[in-house]
Amino acid sequence: MRLEISLGRLRNEFVAKITELSGQDINLCYQCGKCSAGCPMSFIMDLLPNQVIRSVQLGLAEDITSSRTPWLCASCLVCTVRCPKGIDIASVMEAVRQIALRRSEDFIDPAGLERDTVAELPPIALVCGFRKLTG
Amino acid sequence: MARQERIGVFVCHCGNNIAGTVDIERVVEELSHYPGVVHVEDYMYMCSDPGQELMRKAIQEKALTGIVNANCSPTLHQRTFRRVAEAEGLNPYCVEIANIREQCSWPHADDKETATRKAIAIIKATVEKLRFNMALTPTVTPLTKRVLVIGAGIAGIQAALDIANGGYGVVLVEQDIGIGGHVMQLAGTFPSLEQPDSLIASRLAEVASHPLVKLYTYAEVEEVSGYVGNFDVKIRQKAGYINRGRCNACGMCLEKCPVLVSSEYDCGLSQRKAIRLPSPAALTFHPVIDVEHCLHFNGSQCQACCEVCPEGAIDFSEEDTFVEERIGVVVAAPGYDLLPVGQPEAYPEDPDIIDGLKFERILSATGPTNGEIRRPSDGKVPREVVFISCVGSRDPEHGVPYCSRVCCMYVAKQALLYRQAVPEGQAYIFYMDIRSDAKGFEEFVQDVMDEGGILYLRGEVSRMFRDGDKIKVWGVDTLIGRNIEISADLVVLARAMVPRPTTRELTRKLNIASDAHGFLTEAHIKLRPVESLTSGIYLAGTAQWPRDLPDTIASAEAAASKVLSLFSREELLHEPTIAWVDEEICSGCEQCVANCTYKAIEVDKRSNVARVNEAICEGCGSCAAICPSNAVQLKNSTPRQFFEIIDVAAG
Repeated sequence: MRLEISLGRLRNEFVAKITELSGQDINLCYQCGKCSAGCPMSFIMDLLPNQVIRSVQLGLAEDITSSRTPWLCASCLVCTVRCPKGIDIASVMEAVRQIALRRSEDFIDPAGLERDTVAELPPIALVCGFRKLTG
Repeated sequence: MARQERIGVFVCHCGNNIAGTVDIERVVEELSHYPGVVHVEDYMYMCSDPGQELMRKAIQEKALTGIVNANCSPTLHQRTFRRVAEAEGLNPYCVEIANIREQCSWPHADDKETATRKAIAIIKATVEKLRFNMALTPTVTPLTKRVLVIGAGIAGIQAALDIANGGYGVVLVEQDIGIGGHVMQLAGTFPSLEQPDSLIASRLAEVASHPLVKLYTYAEVEEVSGYVGNFDVKIRQKAGYINRGRCNACGMCLEKCPVLVSSEYDCGLSQRKAIRLPSPAALTFHPVIDVEHCLHFNGSQCQACCEVCPEGAIDFSEEDTFVEERIGVVVAAPGYDLLPVGQPEAYPEDPDIIDGLKFERILSATGPTNGEIRRPSDGKVPREVVFISCVGSRDPEHGVPYCSRVCCMYVAKQALLYRQAVPEGQAYIFYMDIRSDAKGFEEFVQDVMDEGGILYLRGEVSRMFRDGDKIKVWGVDTLIGRNIEISADLVVLARAMVPRPTTRELTRKLNIASDAHGFLTEAHIKLRPVESLTSGIYLAGTAQWPRDLPDTIASAEAAASKVLSLFSREELLHEPTIAWVDEEICSGCEQCVANCTYKAIEVDKRSNVARVNEAICEGCGSCAAICPSNAVQLKNSTPRQFFEIIDVAAG
């Protein structure tokens, strides 16, 4: 499938929201890739940090929200420190997470969990699951 | 020939470059008892001041009659050592270089024994050549301090102004009806966004009214003969069928002319009459009748212009006239064109798929839409514009292999100007690489991305096609690795820059070289960048290579400064190591004439022997090589000298 790039897509709500939440001007990115080059978590990411930024530039909301990358981000800020254009990439990652969290989707239904499962789960996993709206 | 019998040999170590490989001590020892050699000396760096001092001392003390300098290539220090000799009263042509670095120590760095033996052989062979060298003096030719500048685009104008302001006469020939060239079609210039009307117009006015500049518009260089310092030029003044003296530029003929033709200046976006008037910016107001489209010249009885002309200036019987000018040097600046697009499946013909120059006219305040951005098909303001870089450039299969150098920047500029004019619009730029390597250029491109909000898409376009009101553009973004599609209102193609088709003809007339693409060839890309290989013919502007405005002006100023430095002399000195004809032997067979690239040799009709024009001969030796009877020889490179060299080298 050919991806349709248009004025409407480039200026869609998702891009506006990311810009607002992160306070970053995504246009500044010229895709040098330094953020990905230094990222300690990139080896398990499906989209590299620079690809996340590129996807925001292109308004590809779906690609980003379905990606594991923002959740694997360790917020170590190496990307932010390295960026030659001064973009706070970690903030953009946080903005992506915020958008997902603010949708208030229930990732965990505590009542539906088996007693055994709850016993096996590390407590932090449950805390993370309830984190929505608190970030 | 005088035999050189008191020869000095100076062997240079060149630090470790030579001495690290060649056994200098053995070389000195071998040469010190070679016949005719009365002095041998070695030194760490012969080209240094102390090294030169050793030469001076030896010339005086040993009364040397010839010198062999064994060191690096003659292109580096032959001149240095010849100057030293000349200052001490020794003829500079009795100094020869034995190249024991580039041709010996460097290539044989792994074999000291071979290198040492080869160095000895090279030096001995050079001594043998030197024995038969003649003491020569440069030939002197008079110098006409007047210049022909071909092309009145910005390069030609700048060169003409620099030379004229230096106090020398300039003949400026422009084939079009007005001056200024392509630059006057532009809407703005990167990175400062100044408009050419304000930036360049003053230069145009200055050249048009300069007392030392003789301007021929609608004229062509027909023939150039002669040589540096003394060229004769025949200029064809094309018939315009409107008497320049009588025409008062009232414009009534233009109004009455019933023919409409698409305008060259506006790249076909507007129409003009069969009477052409230069653009207002070109500052020359001589209209001409366009024979190709004028009804009168195409079988009709139309006399519309004659009937209204209050001055009776229309003259259908006018013919081309010829003017002769005597000049000393030439600056060739014939300019560029855009490569025809081709590949109709990728870039179909469509009024809304245009090239960069056409978009300049759409952006320009002096353009057909007065600077309002309206697309050609229906005059609508385009909301989404796609720019495509490298259309033909960097495409050896379908276009040209080189980078056209200006497109990255003008595409950025055009996208920005578009956004300024249509703030709600969106511009996309497809690119392979962004080349922004001059002062302020990278910052400009970054500003275009950051503040202009222009979306750069790293990748190229495979095809585009009309889809109702839109043009669908199919390309790729290699950064996300996905095929993309954009529905554009207007597509701008950055077509490759090529030399004008007439440039090849000009190279023939000027006897200068052009490369595989037709660009004028410089004598040396680094060391002699604005000279052609033919003495006295200089190059400027985009006919040599794609250049932007700063580079074009710099190249024109460089060519002008070469001319002015030449004109600072009263007469021209010419290398005397050139061809010489033994008239006793020459049979006038003319083989040398046919073989001479420089047209420097001709057979005298009366005596039937070849004569060399010393001012033109470059001493290449092709005449000497082809002469069946050895009647033509190169001074100081005679067959006898070469046989001596071979004897030593082979022995």
